[in-house]
Amino acid sequence: MLAKMIEKFPQGLPVRETLVAGLILVSILLVFLTQGNAYSIRMLVEASCYAIIALGLTIQWGYGGQFNAGVMGFVALGGFCAMLFSVPVNPDFWGSDLPGRLGRTFLWGLAGIALVVAVSRIDRLGVPKKWRNLLTIILALLVWMIFRSLFDPLADAIESEAGFVGGLGLPAWIGWLMGGLLAGMVGYFIGHICLGLRSDYLAIATLGIAEIVKAFLKNADWLTRGTATVSPLPWPTPGPGELGFILARSIYLAITAIMIVAIFYLLQKAYNAPWGRMIRAIRDNEISAQAMGKDINKRRLEVFVFGCVLIGIGGGALTTFNGIFDAQGFLPLNHTFLVLVMVILGGPGNNLGTILGALLVYIIWVMSEPLALLVMQLVVDLGSNWFAWEAPDNLSSRALQARVFVIGLLIVLVLRYAPKGLMPEKTQQVN
Amino acid sequence: MNELVFFINKVLISGAVSGSIYAIGAVGVTLVFSIMRFAHFAHADQMTFGALIVFFLTALFPGSGAALGIPTPLLMLPLAMAVTALLAIGIDKTFYKPLREHGVKPIVIVIASLGVTLMLQGLIRLFSGTSSRSMYIEETKAIFRLDLPFDLAARPLVITEPQITLIVFTLLAVIGLHLFLNRTRTGKAMRAMSDNVDLARVSGIDTNKVVMVTWVLAGSLAAAAGTFLSMDVSLSPDLSFFLLLPIFAAAIVGGVGHPYGAIAGGYLVGYAETLSVFNWTILLRPLNNWFPEWVELPRNLSLVGTEYKIVVPFFILVAVLIWRPTGIFKGKVI
Repeated sequence: MLAKMIEKFPQGLPVRETLVAGLILVSILLVFLTQGNAYSIRMLVEASCYAIIALGLTIQWGYGGQFNAGVMGFVALGGFCAMLFSVPVNPDFWGSDLPGRLGRTFLWGLAGIALVVAVSRIDRLGVPKKWRNLLTIILALLVWMIFRSLFDPLADAIESEAGFVGGLGLPAWIGWLMGGLLAGMVGYFIGHICLGLRSDYLAIATLGIAEIVKAFLKNADWLTRGTATVSPLPWPTPGPGELGFILARSIYLAITAIMIVAIFYLLQKAYNAPWGRMIRAIRDNEISAQAMGKDINKRRLEVFVFGCVLIGIGGGALTTFNGIFDAQGFLPLNHTFLVLVMVILGGPGNNLGTILGALLVYIIWVMSEPLALLVMQLVVDLGSNWFAWEAPDNLSSRALQARVFVIGLLIVLVLRYAPKGLMPEKTQQVN
Repeated sequence: MNELVFFINKVLISGAVSGSIYAIGAVGVTLVFSIMRFAHFAHADQMTFGALIVFFLTALFPGSGAALGIPTPLLMLPLAMAVTALLAIGIDKTFYKPLREHGVKPIVIVIASLGVTLMLQGLIRLFSGTSSRSMYIEETKAIFRLDLPFDLAARPLVITEPQITLIVFTLLAVIGLHLFLNRTRTGKAMRAMSDNVDLARVSGIDTNKVVMVTWVLAGSLAAAAGTFLSMDVSLSPDLSFFLLLPIFAAAIVGGVGHPYGAIAGGYLVGYAETLSVFNWTILLRPLNNWFPEWVELPRNLSLVGTEYKIVVPFFILVAVLIWRPTGIFKGKVI
């Protein structure tokens, strides 16, 4: 019996996997027992959305060795698309002359871009390159100023007359896919610039793009209502209003679970296919991969964009589930570093490890909030009883900051002592 | 004339201030980059840390600066610089050095530095809370209003004491750094190591010492920049957040591993920011009569709104990475 089982697993019994999965199962059960069903299912759905995002990052970091420090930006793009496509149509906006004006302004913008591009090619007509550069820059600034002076009053008009553009009233899953597409496009832009250079530059640039995406979503009131937030976002499944929290969330969980299984299956296929081997070869030895005739920059770009698409889809699913689009709710800590911890703790390059890591880290993260508050309360009690220490009043917000420290410490410790994570990547050895 | 004074206040002075801060920060980043070959993300938080130390020392001895006739935070600055330098060395010893000796890829150390960033941020907020505070506890910030000797200029030039000190400090730091790198043995060893680590090691340079000196320089400069910035505005734990991108942009624009380039890059980014958020309509308004009838001046003629200030360093970064990845001064690390 045992011999047969071992035969089935050529690399030995999956002891590690079973242990980690058991640990997660026990902690899920504990959460269910202590926090109630509705809360626990909500946590599971969020964890599964994070797992999709983490799978995107594991492609980039684990498969490709590219470090994306701006996961938050791509999550926010996914969330934005989910909002834009699923929110009901705004009749105030579509009933007025605003859509026509908006379309015309965008056409002017496109014409301006075409003009700038045309001028940037003027050296083909015999103009010296120095003049071309100067002309292009001046013209680009001028076109931008004119576009801004056309667009700003229009944005104000949309805000005052219609509130905001509103959605398109389509099913949420279209928004998720479009979110993946948009995130992939932004990823292509960034990757195209940075992937031929040092890997540090990609980290810096993604960090920047994340902040810019957030700044744009926060301030573009005509598009996202800015700080006023958009809610409720319709679900692709019957909402809690019709079925009650537990059932509605369970159906949502089923959908995200199916998504994870599908993505996992496809990734596993890709990982073991020649494509996956090529990607790993580029990661492990760039020079020899290049010598074998692989176009490394193109492959890297592929991997990066692919990862961004998954992050965008996950972000869309997460935002739709939260039911509110709040640009300020996207935090580097939650949406970048937590995902990073999930990947490096679970095992970069190991899809199963990443999923389990995402579940484990998210459960710990959610449960650490009451725990941190409890510990802080104990400290305050001790301090005030024994040393007559007067605690500052904003203690609860400070207690949550202790978790930031722990996340940072975890990243450093894992990199130092378990660089391969809980479940190391398994590469098949062909003899 | 008033408009011109406004321009000087809003662009020339404030550009010089933010440019100096970016320059001092970028020098530290570029030194670490050239010696240890990784982008040190925790640098901006070392700035906040240094400023926080100054704040605590000022809170402990609030009146001590008045005895010497200088603001107390300025008096405490050298001490905070030393503490931050020690912190930088300690962080390197505990977190980066083991990884380096493990022979990991530089990008792994970059991730570790992000972890350190989070740890520092957590600690800073745990001890000081999340609100922002003024660095001037018992004193008041001296603000100089210089009236111009023209009849047309009704508005004065406005410059504050920390701004003047900052600009003077930057000048001194640049001269000191230049002398250090060119005249002293350690400075030359640093330059040798940034050119070629292995060659430096075989020619008998103590690389560990050079690494330590680099952290001392980077840490103390970071503390100074953070302190001046929070004296100019106020001390808030999110300070570092808005500094990271401009500082990296400045270091890359100047050419990574090139201290003078970093200084030039710092001022470039600083002025680019202030110039692009400046409302040009103010300067054009006096010329309004000269324009033809059909030209109407828009209300707001700035390149980007203040809320999109962060886009400016990013655009500079992207432009440099596309057209000249080595930076203006041909940095060593690509």
